Amino acid sequence: MADAGTPHKPLGLLAELTHRCPLGCAYCSNPLALEPRNDELDASIWGRVFTEAAALGVLHVHLSGGEPGARRDLVDITAHAREAGLYTNLITSGVGVTSRTMRDLWEAGLDHVQVSIQDSDAVSSDHIAGYRGAFQRKHALAAEAVRLGLPLTVNLVVHRANIGRIGEMVDLALKLKASRIEIAHVQYYGWALKNRAALMPTAEQVTRAVADVEELRDKHRGRIVIDAVVPDYHARFPKPCVGGWGRRSINVTPSGRVLPCHAAESIPGMEFWSIADHSLPDIWANSPAFNAFRGTGFLPAPCADCERREIDLGGCRCQAFLLTGDARATDPVCHLSPHHALVTGLAAVQDDAPYAYRRI
Amino acid sequence: MSDDDAIAGDARPRLPRGVRLTHSEAQGGWVLIAPERIFKADAVAAEILKRCTGQVTLAAIVDDLAATFQAPRERILADVSKLLIGLAEKKLLEL
Ligand code: SF4
Repeated sequence: MADAGTPHKPLGLLAELTHRCPLGCAYCSNPLALEPRNDELDASIWGRVFTEAAALGVLHVHLSGGEPGARRDLVDITAHAREAGLYTNLITSGVGVTSRTMRDLWEAGLDHVQVSIQDSDAVSSDHIAGYRGAFQRKHALAAEAVRLGLPLTVNLVVHRANIGRIGEMVDLALKLKASRIEIAHVQYYGWALKNRAALMPTAEQVTRAVADVEELRDKHRGRIVIDAVVPDYHARFPKPCVGGWGRRSINVTPSGRVLPCHAAESIPGMEFWSIADHSLPDIWANSPAFNAFRGTGFLPAPCADCERREIDLGGCRCQAFLLTGDARATDPVCHLSPHHALVTGLAAVQDDAPYAYRRI
Repeated sequence: MSDDDAIAGDARPRLPRGVRLTHSEAQGGWVLIAPERIFKADAVAAEILKRCTGQVTLAAIVDDLAATFQAPRERILADVSKLLIGLAEKKLLEL
């Protein structure tokens, strides 16, 4: 492996504390085969993971899921992350974290809260989440976080059912007193892939949405930070997925499998190691999965002699596999990929079928 | 706030909740961490930021640094102001 010796240091750890979640969002990128509760790591093992992660260089830990609020020991887990010196970010749907828990988390040293919203309209929001009343609970949680002085990010996943209301959703984020809004388009893995045709916006909708976001940025400058990720299927170049395979981030599943990105298990034949058997530094340096696509040496043409190779690292491995059957291939989102027509083809397929709600 | 706006001497600068100065051996020193953002702090910046607790006035911070590093007060004041104003603009510091 050309750059197996490169001392990349991870900066972020995505800790998937559980796959359990009261919501059933059709765009969920969790795998179809969810890990059961009995296999979940206990708080003390998470503590060890956090200590080892900090020693490796990790600064941010994202406590996620599923819904992390489904864990009764969430406060202990958060305290362990803070003891390890990590910056702790809670990623929640807002359902399952009570005001009481929020106060305990604050006392445990939680640094930041990220709450997802599905839509600006209560009915549509609950429909997308497959959970009646979720919209109200999100409001309550956001209000409590702000009251405690915690910085709040509103996370918005955009797809065909809500893409026309980005402006209203930014207004909602302002009303919730968020300091930042993160707008991302659906990534088609796991449950989202199953629902792709029902979620996929049209090219015109996407173009309009990108323009909307630019206008909103100007309109709200100084009041709220708007971070937007351009949707993959409608782009000309791919993104360096998770900042590069095995370069910046680590993902630990509820049962302790350690992945280079949260969708990595969608690539067959990979050997993932578990923190039950190895230390995190050992996994980072030596696990076959982390070394599989480190660097750019494995990339075939057209990436092999493309000047953007070190910028986008050939895009996303999971997507390359999903669409071409070869995880080493150029991400077909790239317009230079020989398989790019697949992406333009899929981006054109819209079907108003009912959602297949994610269920455990 | 423009560059030549001075910070009041009795301001008590502090890092807001959600912004934290931390030492990471692996990352080679001090880092200022905010949601989704990380800034490396060099030795001088770290010494300044460690003192931004919300308890101490700007004037006292500058006196302390001038004594600790045996440097002219005016120069320290200029360096400190530049750093703090820049961070305040990015909402990483409260003045
Ligand atoms: S050919 Fe490869 S390296 Fe070049 S832009 Fe496309 S994905 Fe990036």
